[in-house]
Amino acid sequence: MVKRLRRLGALITLVVVAGGCTGEAGGGAGERKTGAIVPANGDSLIEASIGNVSSLIPNITSDSASHEVGDLMYNGLVTLDRDLNVVGELAKSWKLAKDCLTLDFQLQPGVRWHDGKPMTAADVVFTWETTVNPKTPSPYKSDFQDVERVEAVGPHDVRVVYKRPYAKALLSWALPILPRHLLESYVKAGKIKEAPQNWTAPVGTGPYRFKEMKSGEKIVVVANPEYFKGRPHISRVVYRIIPSQATIFLEVKAKGVDVAGLTALQYKRQTEYPAFEKAYNKYRYPGAGYTYFGFNLKDPRFADRRVRLAFAHAINKQGLLDGVVLGLGRPATGSFRPGTWADNPAVKGIPYDLQRAQALLAEAGWKRTNGGLLEKDGKPFTFELLTNQGNDERKKIAEIIQASLRELGVTVEIRILEWAAFLKEHIKKRQFDAIVLGWGTGADPDQYVVWHSSQMGPDDLNHISYSNPEVDALLEAGRSSCHQAERVRFYHRLHQALADDQPVIFLYWRDALPVVSNRIFGIDPGPAGIKWNFTDWFVPKHLQRYTAG
Amino acid sequence: MLAYALRRLLLALPLLLGITFVSFVVIHLAPGDPSELQSGDLSMQHSAQAYKQMREEYGLDKSLPVQYWNWLSRLVRLDFGRSFAPDGRPVLAKIGERLPITLLLNIVEMLIIVSLAVPIGVLSATRQYSTFDKITTIFVFVGFATPDFWLALLLMILFGVRLDWLPVSGLRSLNWEYLSFWRQQWDFLGHLALPILVATFGGLAGFSRYMRQSMLEVIRQDYIQSARAKGLAERVVVGKHALRNALLPIVTILGLSLPGLIGGSVIVEWIFAIPGMGQLMVQAAFERDYPVLMGNLVIVSTLTLTANLAADIAYSLVDPRIRVGRRRR
Repeated sequence: MVKRLRRLGALITLVVVAGGCTGEAGGGAGERKTGAIVPANGDSLIEASIGNVSSLIPNITSDSASHEVGDLMYNGLVTLDRDLNVVGELAKSWKLAKDCLTLDFQLQPGVRWHDGKPMTAADVVFTWETTVNPKTPSPYKSDFQDVERVEAVGPHDVRVVYKRPYAKALLSWALPILPRHLLESYVKAGKIKEAPQNWTAPVGTGPYRFKEMKSGEKIVVVANPEYFKGRPHISRVVYRIIPSQATIFLEVKAKGVDVAGLTALQYKRQTEYPAFEKAYNKYRYPGAGYTYFGFNLKDPRFADRRVRLAFAHAINKQGLLDGVVLGLGRPATGSFRPGTWADNPAVKGIPYDLQRAQALLAEAGWKRTNGGLLEKDGKPFTFELLTNQGNDERKKIAEIIQASLRELGVTVEIRILEWAAFLKEHIKKRQFDAIVLGWGTGADPDQYVVWHSSQMGPDDLNHISYSNPEVDALLEAGRSSCHQAERVRFYHRLHQALADDQPVIFLYWRDALPVVSNRIFGIDPGPAGIKWNFTDWFVPKHLQRYTAG
Repeated sequence: MLAYALRRLLLALPLLLGITFVSFVVIHLAPGDPSELQSGDLSMQHSAQAYKQMREEYGLDKSLPVQYWNWLSRLVRLDFGRSFAPDGRPVLAKIGERLPITLLLNIVEMLIIVSLAVPIGVLSATRQYSTFDKITTIFVFVGFATPDFWLALLLMILFGVRLDWLPVSGLRSLNWEYLSFWRQQWDFLGHLALPILVATFGGLAGFSRYMRQSMLEVIRQDYIQSARAKGLAERVVVGKHALRNALLPIVTILGLSLPGLIGGSVIVEWIFAIPGMGQLMVQAAFERDYPVLMGNLVIVSTLTLTANLAADIAYSLVDPRIRVGRRRR
């Protein structure tokens, strides 16, 4: 479940993270006594992944494992740098017209596919055609619904024409570019999943070439010596699929893997001994997802803003954060990733204040009875709090909410459901009182599909049935402008509006907690996390461990 | 004999049909729908349009009987269909790549269990209430009561992390391709040691208790008494006269556990990161991947029916009374 929700809504599932990033280096570069720390080619890196890869063509998947492997083998026209700025990748440069309706890309010359064929503008056009082809099961179609046409103006020049200005226009071209000469016949036949590139022979332009995959076991890629930005230093990357988090941790302790994400408990309590700190560097930065306590706003009790505010006052967010993830996160004030440009630092969180909470409930007509329970029109305040099975954090949060609201005289019953049933029978049918869930955020702040009042259909994502004209207007304005300076204003205002209204109670942003073997150098943690400059990572010659490959 | 086997075989067909029909219905009764679980459940990307398209593509918009009919008509042509999971691969390919490792693990496990359980059972029966009997009783019950995952983690910490004798998880070392042939086998064996140990420890209890029970019954029989009275050595009495009879129920149990061989142990596979059938099926259940679930079911139920048949035939081979009885009829 954690895996699932981590990938939610990520526009491009680069492991994009924001805000300050602290590296807790155990044995840093300065402490090495022998050998010079100079970049060298060679060695293998082994990364543990909980989830299986579902396709080697990332354009038709949305799980994070597929995208992590895909990022090594493919390139987009643009990508994100350390500070989450859009920079060119296959595109050498680009020009967005003043009216935001035409976007011209100049491609890098001399880029070749892994099979030696040149990559040209025709491949870019083909990638767009593939994405919008109704028979292609791509989750990224909505990024291109406003595109009128994409044309190859020259062998290395692409022009994209939009029907109306689209805020994510540039960023949407971080989409991996696919090889037309290999995939065209399959796409035309609507059988992209039957192409050998889907499972056994992916071909991209990226820094690593596919070597082998053993389903459910591992995926191996090797350095591409002809990579247009220069050969990556690390020769071989192995993704090992290990479904149990406990096993991953033991593999880390046995030095069987070099890169892995830890749980808060492992990070804080089980890795603080010298041998571990000598072998691994620990990193910590805010992740891309937040957890919230949401309501069914069709329920008149929760439609009353005072009730939601009262609940927000009754929950000690810092205490909750400490209890659930040992403080490895930050309290959320809204749905924009802290530290990104859309985040409004002026928005204050709602303080823990039981008296204020009680006053607000009294104002909303809820009276305390003799037994201490809250009542209105003779009915006690009782509701069911749902969350999904398999996520221990959410279970703990539900219990903390239950205890906190008991203080106010509200009775909460917790129900934990299997994911598929939870989604189909409760979320989609809006059959719930309240939920504990999470959202992942993408690189772009647009959240139209989550908050806009037009998105309340059974398959849409405004599960809580939120409707607020001001929020609607801000979402529309933010999504149809393509100038960041203008969008900042809309999103800062939106952040405040959501914080004032509390359609859901924003709980916290969890930190990502990776560890990396400390024989690996060149890691430059930033708002984008640690993976953004993977091709620059290296192992100095004298520290290399796997020399056979 | 042949006619008997044929008749049983023919009777098995409608039974198989019934099994698939009931399972099909039950599987579809579980709430949830593969079209919404695909490509990122709550993903902000997914439009209502995409769900509809996926349902059409999978034929999920049709009524259940129609869906069953379509599935069945493909099946008789031995087409198990494609997985509903995002990879969209053929069901047989998915099962085929995971079956060998599960089979290997389970067969080795079964052989070890049987070769340990039979002597343990016989010895504790012939020396009932001796120290050996008491110790093995305690041992097998501890094994029975120990949770797999807990034991697995403890062994991994001891042998994988502390002592560094065995790999923690997986099937092969990362430098496997570069090893010599014998080193490769040795490496593979090292990876299988812990999973097999864990699974064997848990499975030993049942079999050795059955064996003990069955042996206890047999050695109290009159014919054992007469064998002893004949002056036969105790070794011959137990090893020949008693054991052969005591093994009969064990053969039945063995036959029934054959289909289990392809089921795979979910917990052992999960903890040790072994890509076997157990993992595949659990994932298919969570993803509501109907073709994979049904494909597996057909294979398992075919095996169960065949194993039942085989057990009955084996029975008649082991036990002359059954053969003779039938001939007389």
